[in-house]
Amino acid sequence: MQNKKERLQAFFMVLPSILAVAIFIYGFIGWTVRVSFTSWKGMIPDYTWVGLQNYINLLTNDPRFQVDVRNTLLFTIPFVFGTLIIGLISALLLDQGLKGETFFRSLFLFPMAISYIVTGVAWRWLMNPATGARMSGLNLLFSKIGLDFLNSSYTATPEWGMAYIAIPAIWQLSGYCMALYLAGLRAIPDEIREAARVDGANEFQIFRTIILPLLRPVTLSALIILGHMSLKTFDLIIAIAGKSYALDMPSIYMWNTTFDGHVYGVGAAISILLLISVAILIIPYLIYSLRKEAQL
Amino acid sequence: MTRSRARYLSYIPLVLLSFFYLLPIYVMVLTGLKSLDEVSIKTMWDFPRQLSMANFAVAFDELRPYLWNSIKLVIPSSILSSILGSLNGYVLAKWKFKGADIVFPLILFGMFIPYQSILIPLVDFMHKINLYGGIPGLMLVHIIYGIPITTLTFRNYYASIPNELVEAAKIDGAGMFNIYRNILLPISIPSFVVVLIWQFTQAWNDFLFSVVLTSSRNWTVTVGLNNLAGGQIIAWNVQMAASFIAALPTLLVYIFLGKYFIRGMMAGSLKG
Amino acid sequence: MGHKRLMLVVALVVIATLMLSSCAKTGDKQLEVFSWWTGGGEEAGLNAMIKIWEEKYPDIEFVNAAVAGGAGSNAKAVLATRLSAGDPPDSWQGHAGQELIGTYVAAGQLEPLDDLYKENGWYDVFPATLIPLISKDGHPYSVPVNIHRANVLWYNPAVLAQYNVDPPDPTSFDSWIATMDALKAAGMEAPLSLGEAWTQKHLFETILLATVGPDTYTKLWNGEADWGSADVTKAIENFGLILTYVNPDYASLSWQDASKLVADGDAAFNVMGDWAEGYFRVDLGLELGTGFDWMPVPGTKGSYQFLSDSFVLPVGAKHRDAAIKWLTLCGSKEGQDAFNPLKGSIPARNDADVSLYSEYLQAAMADWKVDTIVGSLAHGVVANDTWSNDISTALGQYLTDKDNAALQAALVNLCKTDGPCK
Repeated sequence: MQNKKERLQAFFMVLPSILAVAIFIYGFIGWTVRVSFTSWKGMIPDYTWVGLQNYINLLTNDPRFQVDVRNTLLFTIPFVFGTLIIGLISALLLDQGLKGETFFRSLFLFPMAISYIVTGVAWRWLMNPATGARMSGLNLLFSKIGLDFLNSSYTATPEWGMAYIAIPAIWQLSGYCMALYLAGLRAIPDEIREAARVDGANEFQIFRTIILPLLRPVTLSALIILGHMSLKTFDLIIAIAGKSYALDMPSIYMWNTTFDGHVYGVGAAISILLLISVAILIIPYLIYSLRKEAQL
Repeated sequence: MTRSRARYLSYIPLVLLSFFYLLPIYVMVLTGLKSLDEVSIKTMWDFPRQLSMANFAVAFDELRPYLWNSIKLVIPSSILSSILGSLNGYVLAKWKFKGADIVFPLILFGMFIPYQSILIPLVDFMHKINLYGGIPGLMLVHIIYGIPITTLTFRNYYASIPNELVEAAKIDGAGMFNIYRNILLPISIPSFVVVLIWQFTQAWNDFLFSVVLTSSRNWTVTVGLNNLAGGQIIAWNVQMAASFIAALPTLLVYIFLGKYFIRGMMAGSLKG
Repeated sequence: MGHKRLMLVVALVVIATLMLSSCAKTGDKQLEVFSWWTGGGEEAGLNAMIKIWEEKYPDIEFVNAAVAGGAGSNAKAVLATRLSAGDPPDSWQGHAGQELIGTYVAAGQLEPLDDLYKENGWYDVFPATLIPLISKDGHPYSVPVNIHRANVLWYNPAVLAQYNVDPPDPTSFDSWIATMDALKAAGMEAPLSLGEAWTQKHLFETILLATVGPDTYTKLWNGEADWGSADVTKAIENFGLILTYVNPDYASLSWQDASKLVADGDAAFNVMGDWAEGYFRVDLGLELGTGFDWMPVPGTKGSYQFLSDSFVLPVGAKHRDAAIKWLTLCGSKEGQDAFNPLKGSIPARNDADVSLYSEYLQAAMADWKVDTIVGSLAHGVVANDTWSNDISTALGQYLTDKDNAALQAALVNLCKTDGPCK
């Protein structure tokens, strides 16, 4: 067994990190919670207690927040599934040990290295919805190469515009997802596949009954990582949509309320709701994966 | 030979995907090569009448001080943050103290908070501890908000290393720190690569912390880039050229080190 | 051992960069000015003023803390976090009017400038109609450097000629609608170009002014007129009507893109502040009268809907003396004549050197002297930040549902919750 002195030493080694996290994460969240229960509006801090009023207003009586919830779903679903599918397909393609694998891998991975502050404008141009003589961006490109049927009005599409914001988001993260899957695929011993082939299974059956189930933990991690990213999306929306009401998200609403409108109480309440939705997604996953690890 | 033909066909989707990934960069570079009167959304696919690197030179001049600030920030912060993550990961994987199983998920959860929501107390706190305005303060913030991801990466990696290795060293009388330095550190290179790349990218691309926590002479490249686009009238060609310059360091890191990144992930890190 | 040497190198790199990053110089004799002027004419104008500063006060370092506003309104967030931490810049830029008065003055964060106004004789050179708009309880709180006009209709004369229609009558909103109907009938899909969210709000304020007239418009903002009135109902109807003439992709265009549509002949009209003149004339190289032309937004002739960039003196400025010197420069003839020709705005002072300004700006200066002065909503004159921001949300919602009654109900309610209405 470890002796006491060393265990104490170990504890002191992580203590600074624990303290930093306690202040910079939980302390600041605590401050935000406190503000969210107040009617603070304007530049002077005002800690008049209003209880859950800000939350109740947002959840029951705020059309903009309802738009935000809808938009979050409309963005998250195509983003998460698009990224997972493209990531999986590219990982499967690359797992065959093709010539040029390293090249493709780096190429697919690089978008995650670049922030939307850099690519935002390019994406806004690419997804320009103008038609006729003013047609440009992807639409113009598609028309030039005879793929007119792919033309779309992107984020200007009534009702569904938000879903198109997923395109640049998929662009950024599908490479990361590919890397996760590729790591997962490489961890599957070749013997398992060989054994199945000997048993007469075809490639598709092997994929469906052996590989896919073995990749389930990777899928789960990717799902959680992508899911929480999509809830927090901020830069991308600002870069592409500005402050368009039709393309609003809770993170934008929070920023707008806090820093443009100086309604700190409501802004803090939006933050906390955002945090709670992230927590609902993350905490069960954290418990699950730590338990599973303990069983090993 | 159907399998080899299938392999051949695999190149079609791969090449199509490559176009998809390169498209925004292509637009940036193409626009960056044009003169201002040629720049328009309508003609974004046209080639420039004559190639000129002038915009890139102008953009580089504008960004130079900010690029330098970014370098001064990013290199130490990613190195320090990996070292800290590695020590944390080591303790949490191999020297579990009482309560470690509660501390670890609490640290991890920090990864998921939306940073926009904690700006006001953050700025206030940095003022109070006298670290507002300079690069060291910004570095501290990057290191602290990097703790969750770096700790997770190293902890998972060290957890995959057999306990027997550590136990054997203990029997030989090695202390906690010596075991780390002599046994675990030398085999942690894959995780270091992953974490270094990750933290490098995070700090390089960060805009929010830099703009609110540093004074104007210490702004990083993303703030400089944002300011370039801040005029009422925006010169898109210079802006696009500057975007490309700002993205270049991270781009190069991924292109040249991308394979180590994936290798590191395969070595057990970032499995979540 | 190899990794020992590696560790040493790593340690050295870290120490070296740490030392480099901590040796930033901090002078006592300095002036930190915060603004969102980081590019184009406004940056050139600011630099011209900085140049004068450096000649006058070579020993006081000018720290230009300009952060681009951008769609993320970063500048305001930076300012808000600094103010909440008790660390204001020595002076900062804000839109003259309620954006400053109703937000920062209300919070006691700015010093009144009565003495400065008296010493420099500014009460005589700034227009009498402007001073009340930048004052609270009779005390002025900011020094305006420039005046922009918001209610300008830009048009492409060649397009009108091509479709054989006459420019609208600037005194009649209906004549503008008739002109656009004629253009539509002749096959022009979207005669009016529009851009992202704030340009929609900008359009709304000019339509509101055109419909209710300058008196009621001003009264709406100070709580003397009723937002539930038939006048406002009509204004909302007019706004809804105007939106049927705009390009469908407006949400993805900046104001610059929208102005370009007029320059390129893809649209005939655009409503934008008069900073567009610099874009047409300098950046696109067009000639006033042939390449582009202007008139007040039809129905608003005789009104000058203004906005003004101004500088303030925060309570607790670290370099207060330098800040006062800066404000003196901002209000001086020298400072304003250096800044405005580059920025493309007219000076707030009425004694500027007219010959320095472009043809359009000279016309604007003439109008500024005789027109009724009203404030802009989208640019901070008439409503405080909270009110203005909530109106943006209400307008955003209107653009998705086109529900006139809901917009009016929201406006009535917002005047009560955020504004002066009881």
